[in-house]
Amino acid sequence: MKSLEELRAIKAKMQNNVQLRGVDDADSVVRVVVGMATCGIAAGARPVLNKFIEEVQNRGLKNVLVTQTGCIGVCRLEPIVEIITPTGEKTTYVKMDADKVSKIVHEHLVNNRVVEEYTIANADK
Amino acid sequence: MIRSHILVCGGTGCTSSGSQKVIDALNSELAENNLQDEVKVVMTGCFGLCALGPIMIVYPEGAFYSRVEPSMIPEIVSEHIIKGRVVKKYLYTESTDENGVEHDSLNDTAFYKKQKRVALRNCGVINPENIDEYIAYDGYEALGKVLTTMTPAEVIQCIKDSGLRGRGGAGFPTGLKWDFASRNKSKIKYVCCNADEGDPGAFMDRSVLEGDPHAIIEAMSIAAYAVGACRGFVYIRAEYPIAVHRLQIAINQAKEYGLLGDNIFGTDFCFDIEIRLGAGAFVCGEETALMTSIEGNRGEPRPRPPFPSDKGIFSIPTMNNNVETYANIPQIILKGADWFAGMGTENSKGTKVFALGGKIVNTGLVEIPMGTTLREIIEDIGGGIPNGKKFKAAQTGGPSGGCIPASLIDTHIDYDSLAAIGSMMGSGGLIVMDEDNCMVDIAKFFLEFTVDESCGKCTPCRVGTKRLLEYLDKITSGKATMQDLDDLEELCYYIKDNALCGLGQTAPNPILSTLKYFRDEYVAHIVDKKCPAGVCKSLLQYKITDACKGCTLCARKCPVNAISGAVKEKHVIDPAKCIKCGVCMSNCKFNAIIKE
Repeated sequence: MKSLEELRAIKAKMQNNVQLRGVDDADSVVRVVVGMATCGIAAGARPVLNKFIEEVQNRGLKNVLVTQTGCIGVCRLEPIVEIITPTGEKTTYVKMDADKVSKIVHEHLVNNRVVEEYTIANADK
Repeated sequence: MIRSHILVCGGTGCTSSGSQKVIDALNSELAENNLQDEVKVVMTGCFGLCALGPIMIVYPEGAFYSRVEPSMIPEIVSEHIIKGRVVKKYLYTESTDENGVEHDSLNDTAFYKKQKRVALRNCGVINPENIDEYIAYDGYEALGKVLTTMTPAEVIQCIKDSGLRGRGGAGFPTGLKWDFASRNKSKIKYVCCNADEGDPGAFMDRSVLEGDPHAIIEAMSIAAYAVGACRGFVYIRAEYPIAVHRLQIAINQAKEYGLLGDNIFGTDFCFDIEIRLGAGAFVCGEETALMTSIEGNRGEPRPRPPFPSDKGIFSIPTMNNNVETYANIPQIILKGADWFAGMGTENSKGTKVFALGGKIVNTGLVEIPMGTTLREIIEDIGGGIPNGKKFKAAQTGGPSGGCIPASLIDTHIDYDSLAAIGSMMGSGGLIVMDEDNCMVDIAKFFLEFTVDESCGKCTPCRVGTKRLLEYLDKITSGKATMQDLDDLEELCYYIKDNALCGLGQTAPNPILSTLKYFRDEYVAHIVDKKCPAGVCKSLLQYKITDACKGCTLCARKCPVNAISGAVKEKHVIDPAKCIKCGVCMSNCKFNAIIKE
């Protein structure tokens, strides 16, 4: 170890890896919840979940918690992802795939703009 | 991509309750479901709740599973990991409230809520065998800061300002100790870490070394820079194999990263650490005996002066601190002396780790701000006394400490208030006793320990403690007189004044403090020939009451055939034959047998 910079480089690299173990300020966390019941998994929820984690880590988003849940109930629209803000506002995205994830992360999580076209409101249009 | 971390405790407590089997079961179950690339299993240090081990936490949800068995793993993987449904029936019960609502975080549970983890901050969070994880949690940042931006004098001033006192028990101000060591002009100096944790019931140093070994390496390096030392020794007992193993791994990793060795962080500072194993002699926790043992000699204390800061290991000036003291150092450097001084009481700053043991629900490791009351520790964090029994006393400081009776349960825990009531902070063992404990028996237990562990160098300790034990034996077998009690007390003070080292000087403390608060129990043994708590066998008698139905079960169970009586008639115990084993009492279906 020859310098503090070297140490900080290791730290920055590792922080992504340990970020899963709790977020500093629990009150400011945006939760991304992926439906992972049998229906969700069968419809392809796993690649969606993995894509979310990958994107969130790559962008170093600190206050986003990607987690999973059971059946949300609208099995015909799976894979379903819900994004819940710290204030409790919920957005439900349906018929998700990995490509849609990138856009949602960029628009919704980074720029705080809901991607209307993927939401449940527009599911049957 | 990793989406979930499963942390399993690998401390000694959980290891002995089978955490390695849990880890193996997890790994094979994950592999079977093809999840090994999505879920990472991490072995960590102690979470503190040893009574409920093995402990397992699943992130990102933070679900806290307790008493995990390999047989639960398939269900946890298929439900929680694959479907995201937390398996509530296996969760730590305290992590849900009475309505079944889960607490958002573990920190809201009664066990953790009043704790403040400074020395234990990484225990149960990082993998102790991975230096990168330590670095991710600000590891070695303090060392970098010290080496590149601070002078040794500034470091010492910072430690002085923080008000940190030695966590080994005596509570000497750490900054002052560093200052003395730095004033010595010798070219070669050593720093030393006392990890010879010997108090019965204390295991916080072990947990720090097992859960966060790099913190000790970093802190020793900072200390070495501050006092001008070039070499460090960690004296650790061989009975702590997991701690020794992890510390060695940590030292090797630090060397590989150039965090130990020459020109650390590109400066002129060079430092190296080696481990010295102790054979588990209690006296080697005394610093002069510890240093004698490191030199390869029989672990016996030597008179002071000369103090170790003048003549320590191999006659080189040596500065010695306890593990927990070191564990606080990097945090103080990073967060500042004011942050640390903001916790605790006027003369006792910061936090203290206690190993809770004895008659308490949550046996385990807790870290609390100084000034927390004993009641909060026992009732809130510790979960109270099991089986609805009444709290009688708490013993702090192990064989050197004393008892705190129930009447003083609202005492604020810090160095001075404990000393004022005749106990001591000690290294942090806290043994809780209920109404079934006999205080004379407790004193006898500790004296048996010190008699065993006395090194024999000085007469007051070698002969004196043996005599003390003989008095206690006499008392518990009902053969003592009140004169013996006076003689016992006098001998206690004599040993205190004349023993060579801390072991002997403090050995009478368990007797003196129980005498102070529970003298009536001693008198009951001597005058009434009774043991009020029903512990001392010689003073007990088992009797069969009229509730006896004559079922003959006790007579058949008695190993020495001391019970006689016909079927359906009241039985009788022959006191001459009875060995007071209690088998009859525990087998009686009618509660017809009493002891008095």
